[in-house]
Amino acid sequence: MRLLCRLRAAAAAATTLLAVTAQAEPFGPEVQRWDGCEGAAVYFIEARELPMVDVRVILDAGSARDGGTPGLAGLTARTLDQGAGDMDAGELARRLEDVGARLSTSAGRHQAEVHLRSLSESAALDASTELLEQVLGAPSFDDAAVERERRRMQQALRAERQSASSIALRSLYAAMYGDHPYATPPSGTEAGLYSLDAARVAAFHAEHYVAANASVAIVGDLDREEAEALAARLLDAMEAGEPAPSLPAPPSEPKETEVRIDFPSSQTALMMGLPVIARGEEDLEYPLRVANHVLGGGGLVSRLYQSMREERGLSYASSSSLNIMPLRGPWLIRSTVEAGRGEEALEVLRGEVERLARDGLDSEEIDAAVRHLTGAFPLSVANNSALAGQLSVLAANRLPADHLARYIPRMEAVDEQAIRRALDERLDLARMVTVLVGPDVEDADVEMDPP
Amino acid sequence: MAPLRLLTTLLLFALASAAAADRVHHHELDNGLTVLVQEDHRGGVVASMLWYHVGSGHEHRPITGISHAVEHMMFKGTEVRETGEFARLIAREGGQTNAFTARDFTGYFQLLAADRLELAMELEAERMHRLVFDSEEFQREMQVIHEERRQRVDDPPEARAFERFTATAHMASPYRHPIIGWQKDLDRLRLEELEAWYQRWYVPGNATLVVVGSVEPERVFELAERHFGAVPAGEVEPPPEGREIATAPGERRIEVRFEDARVPLLFLGYNVPSLATAAEPGDAYALLLAAELLDGGRSARLPEELVRGQGLATSASAGYSPVARLDTLFSLVARPSEGHDLDELESALREQVGRLRDDPVEDSELERAITRLLAAEVYAQDAPMGRAQRLGRLASTGIGWEEAQRFEERVRAVTPEDIQRVARTYLEPERLTVGRLLPGEEE
Repeated sequence: MRLLCRLRAAAAAATTLLAVTAQAEPFGPEVQRWDGCEGAAVYFIEARELPMVDVRVILDAGSARDGGTPGLAGLTARTLDQGAGDMDAGELARRLEDVGARLSTSAGRHQAEVHLRSLSESAALDASTELLEQVLGAPSFDDAAVERERRRMQQALRAERQSASSIALRSLYAAMYGDHPYATPPSGTEAGLYSLDAARVAAFHAEHYVAANASVAIVGDLDREEAEALAARLLDAMEAGEPAPSLPAPPSEPKETEVRIDFPSSQTALMMGLPVIARGEEDLEYPLRVANHVLGGGGLVSRLYQSMREERGLSYASSSSLNIMPLRGPWLIRSTVEAGRGEEALEVLRGEVERLARDGLDSEEIDAAVRHLTGAFPLSVANNSALAGQLSVLAANRLPADHLARYIPRMEAVDEQAIRRALDERLDLARMVTVLVGPDVEDADVEMDPP
Repeated sequence: MAPLRLLTTLLLFALASAAAADRVHHHELDNGLTVLVQEDHRGGVVASMLWYHVGSGHEHRPITGISHAVEHMMFKGTEVRETGEFARLIAREGGQTNAFTARDFTGYFQLLAADRLELAMELEAERMHRLVFDSEEFQREMQVIHEERRQRVDDPPEARAFERFTATAHMASPYRHPIIGWQKDLDRLRLEELEAWYQRWYVPGNATLVVVGSVEPERVFELAERHFGAVPAGEVEPPPEGREIATAPGERRIEVRFEDARVPLLFLGYNVPSLATAAEPGDAYALLLAAELLDGGRSARLPEELVRGQGLATSASAGYSPVARLDTLFSLVARPSEGHDLDELESALREQVGRLRDDPVEDSELERAITRLLAAEVYAQDAPMGRAQRLGRLASTGIGWEEAQRFEERVRAVTPEDIQRVARTYLEPERLTVGRLLPGEEE
């Protein structure tokens, strides 16, 4: 097979970073996985070329855990590094910077993540690890810091209301997921943020930032033994705790299928989406990845790019993305077009989705897409940042160590029937939500411009 | 905690290994094309970037936006290929390709498996001299550009305000024009003008090819000869003059109120030299360190004092990019916290700048800033595209790619006195423009 030959050649040319794994056939970086304490999974890739280490601690502590107070997970993540142990935010920052380290925190819809990047020299790595231990296990959450971050989030939320696309995305998730926790916006809501304080944040941390609810991804200039010691230090820094309880299954029906919001912008934001795929549903995942690439994931060669931009000059950016989450995540289609051309654009977008659902893909398109996706795989594991990103997906979903190595064979196995089956099973137009935000959206009888 | 002296040793160690990997191989074709190569044998991939030394900083009314429009047209057909074939061929090989336009350059890149580099070169060389300018394609593409302008500039209130601030802060420089072009100019741009712009600036002597990845330099030079060697040399024109005409133009202010804005915003910009225009390169590095002291990390002065200490701002940043062909701006951007207004915030920012002028920075603070910058150098080695960009930017601004290799030495040479001196010379009110964005009334 030509493709594998090429990949083998690429693997041979590469250094230890891209060793072919034991099972000869698959291609990918050598991922090591072990169980840390309290059932926390640890993933590690040894990368010796640069004197640096990336450590990511992933917690099941995203906005899906906000409960009745949207913004809680986000506020906890933001305040985590605003002081720890006997250090205030400034002192913590100074100590990190003195050893050339960087620390960042974030909370998404499902996971929260704490990311340390450090020089690998042992004194520097030891010092930065010690600071990360304090951040994970003994954050201060003092009233003033929590209040300051809460107000910053409130302001960011006000700024979000300036953007038609932000409003559309928020509305889309609300319509797709209804009462399900995935509907909760990671940036919070006004009411949610209003009710938060240091006690709530500290309680959220105590419950969710625990070893049993964590996994760790490490990439860089250290060996297995050092990586094990590093992971153990971080897990030890947290309370043992319990894993977060399972979330309910996402609803099978959307709350509503069309949302139109009047908004004074020069462009109308259009979004469509429906929950289609959960992590682990690999029989469907790879066919849907191929379908998404052809529809709107493939940049300049996608159908949406062709029909919206090349053929009609309707839009600068039209794309689709497959958001694979631990529970069923959405297929999203998005575009922005000149106000007044919203209906025309919607017709084109809907037409493309209908065509995909009805006709699937032809074999030529499948070949080109599979060739691209397998050929592009090395790009997604070519440097430490990319590897750390991949490992954090593995860690968040506790995937097997050979997950990356199976990517290419799984992608190559995708055929017309698999795509047909995946589309039939998941691309249900009747359940697809459409959102329009712009100045023209209330008037459905808008006159269409000639293309 | 480790004392700083120890740290500097650690960094020296890390930097030494980073510097060893940082060697640049250089070759020039007979037609004037410069080729730069850096090896990074991890991962078997390569980043190939072609930089044309032309951007909005070369433009004037009524043809602003023309460099960006040409960039869009570069994805259309050539004498030998139809529209879309370029992207299809690269995609088929698992590659990514795109382009960008800035003030000083227009860049095209491919990211792909290292053994596919030749395809990128073949296609890129073709469109360097055989692009077809088709009238219908142009009409449609201008619609796309209008959408891009709406999306990037017209809808976000901050971007709209920033466009006006920039036009005010640059008095005599083409940097006052938005990269995407003024609306009125976009409305009248003609295909013939684009073609002439392409003929004039897209010549090998006005371009730099930068390749970073799992490649042998000699092999890259061979491929470059094979594909770009066929491009006619053409005539290389010097870039247009555009330096600011007054050293102290006087303080300027601009205030805009947008009904759709929800949050106020403050811009401060000082007219300062770039690495290309500074009398001494050291001045540019001292300005870089000044920005670093204000906002180089979480412990820097703006986050420490304005955001956390006084609580005046929800965000406050400072920026200075020395890599520019013309005089540029040292800028500060901040958002007031609730209960504080733009007057208070402006005073606080000006006070911070005043401190740079009046008080020498303490050694430990300067050393921390240098450590941050040099650690960032180590981390930057991880990103082939980032490395290629650094060389491309230096080459296309006339500063020269060699400057990349002097970075550590230049940064280490900056003293507290240097920072005070450049702050006194350049960060003074007569060089300042203040911009204010005020929100509409809440419904």
